[in-house]
Amino acid sequence: MKKSKKIITCALAGCMTAALFTGCSGSDNKDNSGNADTSNVKSIYFLNFKPEVAEKYEAIAKKYKEETGIEVKVKTAASNEYEKTLTSEIAKSDPPTIFQINGPVGYQNWKDYCADIKDSELYNMLTDENKSLVVTDGDGVYGIPYAIEGYGIIYNDEIMQKYFNTDGAKAKSVDEIKNFDTLRLVVEDMQDKKDELGIEGVFGSTSLKSGDDWRWQTHLANIPLYYEFKENASDDDVIINCLNAKEIQFKYAENYKNIFDLYTNNSCTEKTLLGGKTVDESMSEFAVGKCAMIQNGNWGWSQINGVSGNVTKAENIKFLPIYTGIEGEENQGICIGTENYFSINSNVDEATQKASLDFLAWLFSSDYGKDQVTNQLDFITPFKTFSEDEQPSDPLAREVLNWKEKESGNLKNPVWMFTAFPSDKFKTDFGASLLEYVQGQKDWSDVVEDAKASWKTEREASAQ
Amino acid sequence: MQTAIKKWFPILALPTVVAFSISFLIPFIMGIYLSFCRFKTVKNATWVGFDNYLRAFANKDFINALWFTVKFTVISVITINILAFIFAMILTKSLRGTNVFRTIFFMPNLIGGIVLGYIWLMIINGVLYYFNATITTNATYGFWGLVILTNWQLIGYMMIIYISGIQNISPDLMEAAQIDGANSFQRLIHITIPQVMPSITICLFLTITNSFKMFDQNYALTAGAPGTKTQMLALDIYNTFYGRVGWQGVGQAKAVIFFLFVAAIALTQLFLTRRKEVES
Repeated sequence: MKKSKKIITCALAGCMTAALFTGCSGSDNKDNSGNADTSNVKSIYFLNFKPEVAEKYEAIAKKYKEETGIEVKVKTAASNEYEKTLTSEIAKSDPPTIFQINGPVGYQNWKDYCADIKDSELYNMLTDENKSLVVTDGDGVYGIPYAIEGYGIIYNDEIMQKYFNTDGAKAKSVDEIKNFDTLRLVVEDMQDKKDELGIEGVFGSTSLKSGDDWRWQTHLANIPLYYEFKENASDDDVIINCLNAKEIQFKYAENYKNIFDLYTNNSCTEKTLLGGKTVDESMSEFAVGKCAMIQNGNWGWSQINGVSGNVTKAENIKFLPIYTGIEGEENQGICIGTENYFSINSNVDEATQKASLDFLAWLFSSDYGKDQVTNQLDFITPFKTFSEDEQPSDPLAREVLNWKEKESGNLKNPVWMFTAFPSDKFKTDFGASLLEYVQGQKDWSDVVEDAKASWKTEREASAQ
Repeated sequence: MQTAIKKWFPILALPTVVAFSISFLIPFIMGIYLSFCRFKTVKNATWVGFDNYLRAFANKDFINALWFTVKFTVISVITINILAFIFAMILTKSLRGTNVFRTIFFMPNLIGGIVLGYIWLMIINGVLYYFNATITTNATYGFWGLVILTNWQLIGYMMIIYISGIQNISPDLMEAAQIDGANSFQRLIHITIPQVMPSITICLFLTITNSFKMFDQNYALTAGAPGTKTQMLALDIYNTFYGRVGWQGVGQAKAVIFFLFVAAIALTQLFLTRRKEVES
């Protein structure tokens, strides 16, 4: 009896070890025939990043199947869960063939899985100016941007007009606000007249709950660091410089403090309560007219519009650049860039890779696909297949396009370079510092020093 | 009968053994293997030896989280067990409505940790609002918030275990002690506590391991804020895994260290309290 028990134990242990090792060695199932014939491909798998358009993608996938017979499996990761979902999905035997990375740092994380797509149709569809946005490594192209977004200070023009008509208004129109000094005068005066204007504060809550602080630790931090890395560098090099920077000086930290203090001192929420506020809460404060301004991007429109009791009208919602008091900011626009890049899984066979690229090319070039992208997904795309009038109609996306057009003059829209920030940990640490600063538990100089130290350690840690 | 069971043992046990292997043993062994690797997904691991362990111990967040967890565990184990025992003593007296109260006290245990975390976040922030503060204002608020939450959740469960222990004490013993002139305090110390020692073993084991391993409640209530000051071990492991590029292996190494801690503490406690159990 004892013997048979032993045998079973041994057999089981053997099975388990075998399973363990097959699990570890199963990654190289590439088909290196070089013959990319897509006729045998039955399905591709797209792991979608944007939950708000999940259903729309499914409709698109259905249409694609009708047209080509190839099934597109669409799976959507929950908000903030993309990296986790991708980590587990990509290890399966039927992994995503199309997935998304968020820029150069995201690429470092996923480079074992990103195929070189320099020769793809999708890459050739990019307009020349947007070709500089792609994620590269050496000569290869590993991520192609598909949606351009912009952020700045969103304001409610109805309230602004009301203010400009009050006695002693510090400006007569939004066009006069061209730098931080004017912005501050206007904001502080508005705060004094808040009862007259029917608002509780000029700015919506500076949401600093952990997980909801990305507007400050990522987006707002982009501005001072953009100016820091832009010195002696062409615009295309800003992101590369940032990516290569082992340390930062945080030269424009004072400017960050300027705007951050302006937000928190003239807010509809007390400073000490900001640690519990979420982005959703502050967006609804804006939507119901409790505040006149809020820092966010064009994706915020659906949020504003979706709030019940929304009183803001589409035609009154506009962007103002984030002025911080840096020299020459009269010519600064809103921050425009992307953190949405498509990558193709290099570990699936070539025919499937090709089929995945075909699907993306179809989505961004066929009439049906373009119509869906413009009117259902509301993407501003970087592709030349889209004509001037094939652009989304939501008010903030329109604003982003307006600001982009202004670039033909002297104006410059800062690029998104936070995709090259060293790690998520850097961002969360900075957010935590800001919270402590706002609660009066940390001096500004410590916030700056900690950010610098954190940049250094995180850059080193991620290089290991 | 005995021999029949023995004869069929391998086949009867097979389903359980297979399920246990798939859902526990294999992931566990892979986890240990991965803690010695640099990897992105479980499939593309490369061996790096003890590197991950060195990086885990060099990481001051890990040490802070460990210290915070230890403090939290000590406080909550004491409060939970004392309060649960007091409730159990009260609810074993023949009072009216004890069954209703037992049910009510047990109920919080039926709600999941994330939900509880958010509910208590609202309650605590609602109270602190009047003092112009939130739970993230001060790490102490977060600490006591967690203690209150865990107490609220676990007291009912531990109380049920103590009640069954107390009810199993033979009335003869109590009667004999009373006749010998022992007062109620002496009866508690010399009869009740030694007799419920098996329950104490179980309750200590459950509260220590539950407090040490706590994740959901921590994640929902404070998420470590302010900064990482209220971050417990499990949450730190989770954040290491997802927070930095190339640190998955370190997260895994921390998880193995974490397992060793929990196992060592739980076994020591079992050994110590077992010795105190008496045969009745």
